[in-house]
Amino acid sequence: MNFELPRIPLGEGIEAVLDFLVKHLAFATKAFSAIADQGIRVMETAMMAVHPVLMIVILTGIVFYLTRQRGVTVFTFLGMGLIWNLGLWSATVSTLSLVLVATLIAISIGIPIGIFCALNNHAYNFVRPVLDFMQTLPAFVYLIPAIPFFGLGRVAAIFATVIFSMPPAIRFTTLGIKQVPRELVECADAFGADRWQKLIKIQLPLAKSTIMGGVNQTIMLALSMVVIAAMIGARGLGGEVWRAIQRLQPGAGFEAGIGIVIVAIILDRVLQKLAKQ
Amino acid sequence: MEKIILKNVTKVFGDNPKKALAMLKEGKAKDEIQAKTGAVIGVDNVSFSVDEGEIVVVMGLSGSGKSTLVRCINRLFEPTSGEIIVDGQDVRKLNTDQLREFRREKFGMVFQNFALFPHRTVVHNVEFGLEIQNADKTVRREKADKALELVGLKGWGEKFPSELSGGMQQRVGLARALALDPDILLMDEAFSALDPLIRRDMQDELISLQQSMRKTIVFISHDLDEALKLGDRIVLMKDGAVVQIGTPEDILMKPSNEYVAKFVEEVDITKVLTAESIMKKSQDVAYLSTDGPRAAMRKMKNNAIASLFVLDKQGKVHGIVFADEVAKLIEKGEKDLDQAIVKDIATVSPDTPASELFPLLQGISHPVAVVDENHKLKGIIVKGLLMAAIAERGGNV
Repeated sequence: MNFELPRIPLGEGIEAVLDFLVKHLAFATKAFSAIADQGIRVMETAMMAVHPVLMIVILTGIVFYLTRQRGVTVFTFLGMGLIWNLGLWSATVSTLSLVLVATLIAISIGIPIGIFCALNNHAYNFVRPVLDFMQTLPAFVYLIPAIPFFGLGRVAAIFATVIFSMPPAIRFTTLGIKQVPRELVECADAFGADRWQKLIKIQLPLAKSTIMGGVNQTIMLALSMVVIAAMIGARGLGGEVWRAIQRLQPGAGFEAGIGIVIVAIILDRVLQKLAKQ
Repeated sequence: MEKIILKNVTKVFGDNPKKALAMLKEGKAKDEIQAKTGAVIGVDNVSFSVDEGEIVVVMGLSGSGKSTLVRCINRLFEPTSGEIIVDGQDVRKLNTDQLREFRREKFGMVFQNFALFPHRTVVHNVEFGLEIQNADKTVRREKADKALELVGLKGWGEKFPSELSGGMQQRVGLARALALDPDILLMDEAFSALDPLIRRDMQDELISLQQSMRKTIVFISHDLDEALKLGDRIVLMKDGAVVQIGTPEDILMKPSNEYVAKFVEEVDITKVLTAESIMKKSQDVAYLSTDGPRAAMRKMKNNAIASLFVLDKQGKVHGIVFADEVAKLIEKGEKDLDQAIVKDIATVSPDTPASELFPLLQGISHPVAVVDENHKLKGIIVKGLLMAAIAERGGNV
């Protein structure tokens, strides 16, 4: 016998849901747009307000203040100098702004969710498969729904970046809090601490370094996504790479690529140092 | 006065406590219950009470349910059935907020592995309980400093727990509980993680602190020596149930069953038996102000002894006289006993263990005086009494 299974209209279903959301979540997307756009604008304006050389000195100073390590400080100064010399300064500023804004949004949503999951097993059982899904879905796919929600441009890029980079913030926060020794939590209970006191005084401080590890991962994922998001109009270093691909200019592509590597290394070292403290 | 009363407290771990509880009431064996319901009986129908100012040691091997039991008292573990009454309040009837208040007010807890907060300095650890109660900053520092001084850690407040030795860390744990000045101390294997020498120090310190604090203490231990040393009474547990409750001497002398007997078999009886329980309480003595050599000699003759303790007017031990010396005085016609009195004699306190009496009695031919803190004579001990006491209780000399 010969029969055909009807094709399940999964794609159509997802599109219908997206259409519905686009229509009915306009207030939320507008709010997100406003926050993200304003955030980037403020950061960019602040960083472009002073001469690049001065800004590089300031950034180097910040890195030294945070890490107290000569190697990282020297690398920051030379790396940033190279970027400026290659004419990639404004692209770098734009990328940094995108990454920082996306990260801020991701962790300010992700950490509370992580805390909630740590304190509530049912929530974690529900959230975990969602996180797995979010992390394994190819990054490019996030770009597509971002466009109907926000149109082409930086806000769509930030949206996709937030979704893509949030899982580690949630996971590490949950892990960090769950790793706090049971005895210490029990001790806080025995002294009559309420839920909030336990969280603020015991669990969060003891989970801090694990949570910072998650923040580090979030930033690294955000950086990688921001580059991909150049395809939907996020400018910055990713935009330079994207343009080099379209024009077949390997030199320019590598220059921008090296710029991204420099930014990534600096961010990583600073965050690792912060996580250890 | 009874401070804590436990009535038929039972704790069942597992998904189906009701069924397990019903089976337990039918008298089913724990293994059978576990096999059928998957539930584990942590505490099985435990009842006892703790008087105000008393140290009760809950003792048993690991897995005997003693730590679970102590956590039922402040409901860190929710008891499955039974009643827990603290200061007349049924603890199980408190709602979450009331329970939190109750814990803050009544209990201080000390944990086996110290459970110090590694991210807080010593003084911030000690302040924790007060901080939770939103006490004023200066007040809580004051109380924390006082508590640290009490446990001998003055000046260590700014260190982190990791910078301290194990013994010192547990002092911090004790100070953290004491800072709140709670009525009740729950001490869960508080000294078990310490080296034997430091453990003994901490036990001595707790005993001396307790003399001034008079807290109600529930002390969990797996160490019989510790239980005998600290406990006013001992609750011996096995497989979640109470095997015997009694004073240390009860447990040693009148073990209620074979399990207890086996448990205490290893104990060195001479460490538990005290001077007070061995001594002879009534004896003739000479009084410094009234008795001369002849009177003293008569007393010795009447009692058929060769020496006599001499007391002053207040009943304090002044010294001892020996028959041969007194005889010399009578020969010389002396009216006063004074010349014959040997003043430099050894005395012991009523709680001196028998093991320390042996070497004392070995070197001398006269009895040892048992005196109280005011140096008043409570009784005397001779070698024969000591041997008899030990032999009577089945110990080896």
